[in-house]
Amino acid sequence: MSEKTIYFDNNATTRVCDEAVEAMLPFLTEKYGNPSSMHEFGGQVGSYIKKARQQVADLIGAASPDEIIFTSCGTESSNTALRGLTNPHKKHIITTKVEHPCVLNVTKQLEKKGYETTYLNVNSEGEIELEEFKNSIRPDTAIVAIMWANNETGVIFPVEKMAEITKEKNPETLFFVDGVQAAGKIPINVKNTKIDMLGISGHKIHAPKGVGALYIRKGTPITPFMLGGHQERGKRAGTENVPGIIAMGVAAEEASNYLDDEATRVKQLRDKLEKGILERIFNARVNGSRINRVPNTTNISFEYIEGELILLHLSDLGICASSGSACTSGNLEPSHVLRAMGVPFTAVHGSIRFSLSRYTTEEDVNYVLEKLPEVINKLNTISPFQKELKELKEMKRVCLSTGKEKGCCKSGNCHHN
Amino acid sequence: MWEYTDKVKEHYKNPKNVGAIEDADAIGEAGSLSCGDALKIYLKIDADGIVTDAKFQTFGCGSAVASASALMEIIIDKHIDEVAKVTNQDIADALGGLPAQKMHCSVMGKEALEDALAYYRGESIENKSRIVCQCFGVTEDLVREVVQHNKLKTVKEITNYTKAGGACEKCKDDLQKILDEELQKQGETSPKKPLTKTQMIVKVNNILENHIAEALRQDGGDIELIDIDGNNIYVSLQGACKSCPSSNLTLKNFVENVLREHLGEEVNVIEA
Ligand SMILES: Cc1ncc(COP(=O)(O)O)c(C=O)c1O
Repeated sequence: MSEKTIYFDNNATTRVCDEAVEAMLPFLTEKYGNPSSMHEFGGQVGSYIKKARQQVADLIGAASPDEIIFTSCGTESSNTALRGLTNPHKKHIITTKVEHPCVLNVTKQLEKKGYETTYLNVNSEGEIELEEFKNSIRPDTAIVAIMWANNETGVIFPVEKMAEITKEKNPETLFFVDGVQAAGKIPINVKNTKIDMLGISGHKIHAPKGVGALYIRKGTPITPFMLGGHQERGKRAGTENVPGIIAMGVAAEEASNYLDDEATRVKQLRDKLEKGILERIFNARVNGSRINRVPNTTNISFEYIEGELILLHLSDLGICASSGSACTSGNLEPSHVLRAMGVPFTAVHGSIRFSLSRYTTEEDVNYVLEKLPEVINKLNTISPFQKELKELKEMKRVCLSTGKEKGCCKSGNCHHN
Repeated sequence: MWEYTDKVKEHYKNPKNVGAIEDADAIGEAGSLSCGDALKIYLKIDADGIVTDAKFQTFGCGSAVASASALMEIIIDKHIDEVAKVTNQDIADALGGLPAQKMHCSVMGKEALEDALAYYRGESIENKSRIVCQCFGVTEDLVREVVQHNKLKTVKEITNYTKAGGACEKCKDDLQKILDEELQKQGETSPKKPLTKTQMIVKVNNILENHIAEALRQDGGDIELIDIDGNNIYVSLQGACKSCPSSNLTLKNFVENVLREHLGEEVNVIEA
């Protein structure tokens, strides 16, 4: 392993912010009581949880902290929303082909129990066609489950608009949003929307792993997923992960404070990184919309070379990123997100996601821009697709020297500008 | 994160013999872009049949590069008769081993080598056998060969070695059938060791779960293994099966037949 760590994998997980660490520590040491206890020692913990609930409610703009329940992770939040359906006559679900497995694997299982799922397509930019969505809503649609931002590409879905369309067509259909990759990256204000439920995850917003939250709008009919004691007002049993919850509260407040930084500084760094890579590396192309995107993510394919190999070489330089290649997935299939977008195989297997955070510095970006071209050039020489690479290089050259009309831009395979 | 040996790391960091040979005497290919790995090898072979030079190009992960690089080192300066005997296991061994899920990288090396040797001998690539796994274009011949050479025992292992069954999983039944046939063949040549009781229980449970229980559950029933004593397998039928007047028929005709077929032994199924 390299001595330094240049971390560009914040969509996988984030560093816990110092404020959160400091806030949670007393709950691992002297304030270890159980908030359900009858004694003051345990009972006092409840007031801190209450504060954390308010902090999370504020991050996503919930009307009341009572609409927040704490869970163990983003995955549990999605499971809770989807498995809690109560109306036995509504057995249709709408989601997309590019959701996280914590939604897709649940719908797959619900299908075995008699549910039917519509998986919405995305276009080459990773965006949903609203007309297709509108037409898929039925009288028996129980729930719509859509992510706010995609973890692989960062592409944002218009969930607020989609929630409105849903309620217009069928007021009884529930609208769940997987907000894991949106929280802390873009402003969220659920009370001004028609969204019924929204899941978030602690470890993606600089809180520790093992804590998440689910917003449930007052009056939303769902049955609890975890049964047991009366914690979380009966909506999620199990003794509270107190240190995690306290940390998540503080992390949520910090995330609210950093939203401006995210929209300006982080975005500028991401754009610099992306532009720099496209300028320096001829077989690089961006996957997904470059307009409709959270500010911290870029997904770039290096055509004709394989992603795991790139990651291994980057890792030797201390650079952490992730890939949609089959070799990294453990199940031999490349990214279902990029496949759904119709990204060609030549590019899917060579896709690398860089995801930034408030801790990313300009030096980090410069370091990648300095090192990455060497890595890619070296790996290009190993590729059996020398002829194709040569053509690509020529296309990009023509494109850069003549403007957008010719070369790769014309082939639709280009993301200069 | 994969656990790669230092040897694997050495090879993918600084692969040797990368490139093309313009006037190669033999060229071999394996894999395809859509599958996420592809390998092309070039051999220079002198009049005495010695491989004097070898180079490769690959589209693949760290272990694919390492496998190809190691293969080049193995075959350079060897006679083609020797080269023909190189197995995928030799490649894996030269690397100090590969993670189970990455064994297919060594198999890809072996495939490209076979392809190159066939090219050298002027054989047109013989009629490719039936494709079992459509997702990764894996042929029945390759599956059989890999099962035989590496003494594979499960479908999961076949997937690790060839990728077959690793995506849509539709061919898993097919793979099981091929595996059963191959295992049976092995059974004929080598004297069969009787399974221990625990092995037997695991095996029977697997068969019950994979081939029997689902059908019973569709009728609202279920089945549970109670005990095994020699050739007698004691089970209990549950749910709807229990009160079903034809339960004895179910046991004898269906459960017993399926178990006999998969175990290759004349077992008796008895309701406990
Ligand atoms: C969009 C999205 N949803 C859900 C999750 C799951 O979150 P967790 O890791 O907290 O279970 C993730 C994490 O990768 C994600 O990116």
